[in-house]
Amino acid sequence: MNEIIERVKNLSIGFNSQKGKQISILRNVSTNIKKGETVGIVGESGSGKSTLALAMMGYIKQGLFPLKGECLFKSEDLLKMSSRQLEKIRGRKIAMIPQNAGQALTPNLKIGYQIDEALRLHTDLNKTERDKKISELLNKVRLPSPETMAFRYPHELSGGQQQRVAVAMALAGKPDLLLLDEPTTGLDVTTQAHVLELLRFIAKDTGTSMIYVSHDLGAIAQVSDRIVVMYAGEIVLEGPARKILKEPIHPYTYGLLKSIPKLSLAGLPASMPGSQPQPGSINEGCSFYDRCNLATDNCKKNSPSLEYIKELDTNVRCFNYKELINQNNNLQTSITKKSNNSEANEVLKLKDVSISYAKQKFFDQLLNKITDQNPTVKDINIDIKKGETIALVGESGSGKSTILKSIAGLLKTKDGQIKFENDRILSSDLKMRNPNDLRAIQLIFQNPDESLNPNHTVEQILSQPLKLYFNLSGEELKKNIIDLLKKVRLGEFYISRYPRQLSGGEKQRVAVARAFAAKPDIILCDEVTSALDVSVQAAVLNLLQQLKEDLGTTYVFVSHDLAVVRAISDRVAVLYQGRLCEIGPSQNVYKFPSHPYTEVLLGAVLEPDPDIKPKLVAEDIVEEKPPEKGCSFQGRCPRKIGDICNSEVPPWQIGENGNAIRCHINIEELASLQQ
Amino acid sequence: MQSNLVTDDKQKNKLEKAFEILKTMASKPSGLIGLTIVLFHVVLALISPYIAPYDYKAISPNTMLLAPSAEHWFGTDSLGRDVFTRTILGGRTALTVTFFGSLIALLWGGLLGIFCGLVGGKIDDVVMRVVDAFLSIPWILAMLLIVSLLGTSTEVLIPALGFFYGKGIVRVARAATHDVIAKDFIVSARARGHSNMSIIWNEIIPNVRDAILVEGAMRWSWMLLGFSSLSFLGFGVSPPTPDWGLMISNARGLMSFAYWSVIAPIVGLSSLIIGINLTADAFAKALGIDRSTKAPV
Amino acid sequence: MLLLILKRIGLGLITLFIVSLITFVGVEVLPGDACTTYLEREAYGAALDACIKRLGLDVPAYERYLDWASNVMRGDFGYSLSGEMPINEVLGPRVKNSLVLASVSILIGIPLAIVLGIITALWRDKLPDIMISTITIFSMTIPEFISATLLILIVAIWLGWLPGIVIIPSDATFYELLSNIILPVVAISMIMTAHMARMVRSSVIQVMASDYVQMAILKGVPYWKMVFRHVLPNALLPAINVVALTIAWLLGGVVVTEVVFNYPGLGRLVIESISNRDLPVVQALAIILASIYVGINLIADLMTLMLNPRLKSLQIRK
Repeated sequence: MNEIIERVKNLSIGFNSQKGKQISILRNVSTNIKKGETVGIVGESGSGKSTLALAMMGYIKQGLFPLKGECLFKSEDLLKMSSRQLEKIRGRKIAMIPQNAGQALTPNLKIGYQIDEALRLHTDLNKTERDKKISELLNKVRLPSPETMAFRYPHELSGGQQQRVAVAMALAGKPDLLLLDEPTTGLDVTTQAHVLELLRFIAKDTGTSMIYVSHDLGAIAQVSDRIVVMYAGEIVLEGPARKILKEPIHPYTYGLLKSIPKLSLAGLPASMPGSQPQPGSINEGCSFYDRCNLATDNCKKNSPSLEYIKELDTNVRCFNYKELINQNNNLQTSITKKSNNSEANEVLKLKDVSISYAKQKFFDQLLNKITDQNPTVKDINIDIKKGETIALVGESGSGKSTILKSIAGLLKTKDGQIKFENDRILSSDLKMRNPNDLRAIQLIFQNPDESLNPNHTVEQILSQPLKLYFNLSGEELKKNIIDLLKKVRLGEFYISRYPRQLSGGEKQRVAVARAFAAKPDIILCDEVTSALDVSVQAAVLNLLQQLKEDLGTTYVFVSHDLAVVRAISDRVAVLYQGRLCEIGPSQNVYKFPSHPYTEVLLGAVLEPDPDIKPKLVAEDIVEEKPPEKGCSFQGRCPRKIGDICNSEVPPWQIGENGNAIRCHINIEELASLQQ
Repeated sequence: MQSNLVTDDKQKNKLEKAFEILKTMASKPSGLIGLTIVLFHVVLALISPYIAPYDYKAISPNTMLLAPSAEHWFGTDSLGRDVFTRTILGGRTALTVTFFGSLIALLWGGLLGIFCGLVGGKIDDVVMRVVDAFLSIPWILAMLLIVSLLGTSTEVLIPALGFFYGKGIVRVARAATHDVIAKDFIVSARARGHSNMSIIWNEIIPNVRDAILVEGAMRWSWMLLGFSSLSFLGFGVSPPTPDWGLMISNARGLMSFAYWSVIAPIVGLSSLIIGINLTADAFAKALGIDRSTKAPV
Repeated sequence: MLLLILKRIGLGLITLFIVSLITFVGVEVLPGDACTTYLEREAYGAALDACIKRLGLDVPAYERYLDWASNVMRGDFGYSLSGEMPINEVLGPRVKNSLVLASVSILIGIPLAIVLGIITALWRDKLPDIMISTITIFSMTIPEFISATLLILIVAIWLGWLPGIVIIPSDATFYELLSNIILPVVAISMIMTAHMARMVRSSVIQVMASDYVQMAILKGVPYWKMVFRHVLPNALLPAINVVALTIAWLLGGVVVTEVVFNYPGLGRLVIESISNRDLPVVQALAIILASIYVGINLIADLMTLMLNPRLKSLQIRK
């Protein structure tokens, strides 16, 4: 167990900047991987974790080069090997499972060929043995009908299946060490839990060592024996997984854990100020100095070194770590948010809304025939009260963003009505809405890189709505812009910056400011924190809550992340395949009884706690279309009772907690089943 | 992280940006060479009438086909005219015609492309079909026909070249608009209720401008190539106006013993086209656009 | 899949239809009709009447268009004014000659471009790339009449290796042609190769930066194997269409090259018929050259369809 298979010693990797300066993105990293052990490397984007992982396979991305140190695999330095030698190690001794298998599988080659290639390179099997091995491997990663899978092209598979193929390919050479670079990022919640489960099984089954790189402490917590925390190119904390997650003694890790929204906690997570420094911008002192609440003058001038603490079996890079020992109780706290007035009036009503992406064919239009009997979104009834935050939750394809777009008027509804303020019907055509209604409903998008015009300064971006709705100009316009920036906690000097000069969190703040510039009644938030790092996400969530409490805005908040939804929302609507499954006050939706789909979703959530394991109750099949009749969840439901689920749309039942569930199973029975 | 662009003056900001781009272009040797060549040719075109040592149309039987000497640096041609004089004057028509031709191409091609990309649907289909049809007729055939029927005056050449070289820009502008239009900031502007004109002006043009400008710069060099081909075939500038294409064509038959009269205009024309090309390439790189994947249509 | 192919063919036909309209309308709106243009100062009296009668200019334009179009569809382009014979007879040998010139250039150009493109991409920013890229920039920017003239000057006149300008009769046999097309082929394929090599280069560079190439390296696939199995099929596929457009575009340049080398192909016919103001022949040439353009693009489209696994699997499912 204690045999070390890979040892990284004082590794620094960097690049030459345009001004000819040498900038390191990995600084003095040392760590060991033992046989049979799974090490989790966690950090935010830009922390150098992927660079480290790739270097452990002797691979340095173009433009980068090793500055010093070595990567010893069985006492041979991978960084000094010839490509010939590396070909013998990669795939055979160390194999990689990439982040986005959809892009990492060669598009013109069949799955079978790509696995066969690995077998040919790394084993002595003959053709028939290899063919047998391919089905064996596809079986092992639990792909459906492995016999036919080998003849498919990568693009014919779902994201989860592609990821499984990548796992099979990595296992082909029977490696001693598996490198996993964000293997579940980008997958749906339930798929992610299934892939993780598979990886854990494989680690146990084959005794392979694993390096699991991720930004997601939830995923890391599920698989790792040991955790390495990276920040700005350095290891700041390293130790046994349980110790790191339960008693983090580095202020960054501590703050990171606190900023993760948790299912078990209502209320908002605490946020960390600032963002990770850019490579090359750290001159002296501790790289976490600006964001640390334990920082002293010493931290500004001197950079701490990695110190081994014997009693905790932990390495820590902090002068003041002692202050954090025995602080672990504080991890389970959150900021309570002001609950809204439940007596408030309804501001927006969705009545029997159906939306279809299918275009009516020309001839059908002539014959006045309605073609799409099975629209993407169907029968949505939601009443939204003034000042509340209602969340729409579901996996990809659930129709949550589609509903949001039709509220904004960007997508026409096929049936039903959207009513705004005093039951006035809003036209489903954007062009037919009056300017005041357009002003009253604003949108914030997922990715601020795409939602902010890259050729406009912050001033130009914010002046768009101000000019359009309030006809402001000159000094008044500028004053308003500065006020808005203050509201989102950005300084006045941001006014002349371009989006590319801002960090991800700052950009999203500008997007928030632009939405608030219209003085809207309702803001539609489309996955607004999904593109952000965890520590920044918490800050944006807190900002949104603060603004809402100050201004009384109503949010319709779309997200796939149940923990984030738990933190911010008052009410939750769960959607599957464009149909509502469950709706109710959020504290109740997160309690049983639940709709079986909600149960599946809740079971698949990964908490940053090694003691809370995900419960896998349903298969992660991808359904391309909603079923034509019956319950929308019939294809995957673990509690399906029979034909009635296939033929009849289930009735709404209201539980004693006030959440409505659409299921054929009696709600009390459901409660006792789920206990 | 204090920004270095903290300035209220937008105009200054734009100038600074232009200067920044020029600096980036000149930072690579190929860009610097290109810029220098183009600048040289433009200056030469402006001052050449004042520095030309001889009369470009003075025919003299005494000085026919003289080899280069101190009096006639590049020798003389078959009509006894000074090749140096004709060479330094030979780019003026080409430069003017193609410069204005490119502007016309840029304008109509760019605007139509943006329009098609924006409206999409049936109108887009029809316009693109017609553009495709025009593209499929070799430009040289169409140009020759127009010129032979309408004459070779600049009033004919500029709009005709502008029209035939704008077709390609339509495609580029349309593709660029398509790329931009799917972005969330356009969706956001639409959801806010901005008018189509305002969206085109504020959101689309600033984001497709670079791609179209680069394309326009490229068109310029191709148009120059096309124009000189016309001259070469005898359908461009009419004699005795000096023009490189025409000079090469005239001197070609005699080049076995008077090669100088063909070398000088070749050097003039080639250097200008290469210069514009290098500049356009550097311009594209400075703006972060890779144009080597595109076909020259 | 079949539907997709039919759709492409249909689109091509629509394009050709529009081309026929454009050429017809173009000739109509330009000043003068075919007869006055051709006869110039002699356009009066009996000669004009005879000409008008022969071309049927005395009937309304739309009838003439329909007539002409239906004849063209049957492969009959009408009557040449200057040659005083059916256009088909004029065109026949010219099409063959141009085809020989173009196909030899393409056969040399495409493989050479692929090889050069790959070399420059794999040795990006190293000596081979810098050298080849510099040469390609020169050869793609210099007009074809200049490179052709220089070739004659250097190879034929100064070095005396090959005859410069040869008078080739338009009904020369294939072998007679082959021995005389070396210089024209060099001139044409130089430009073509340069354009295509640049495209192949950037396509390969793009693919080399993809996730799946990184994955192949990390899987331990040897370098050249990776290049041939993982990089090239994916890099060359998108290049097909662009290559087709380039070839089609260069048809215009072939006109000039043929004139420089006095080569009796379609290109020289273009110049001759325009100089002679023989509008019926010009119309026929426009249709033929446009058909070649549409045809090349169609072939490229179909090739892409056949080779793209995404579309291949569509076919299997249906």
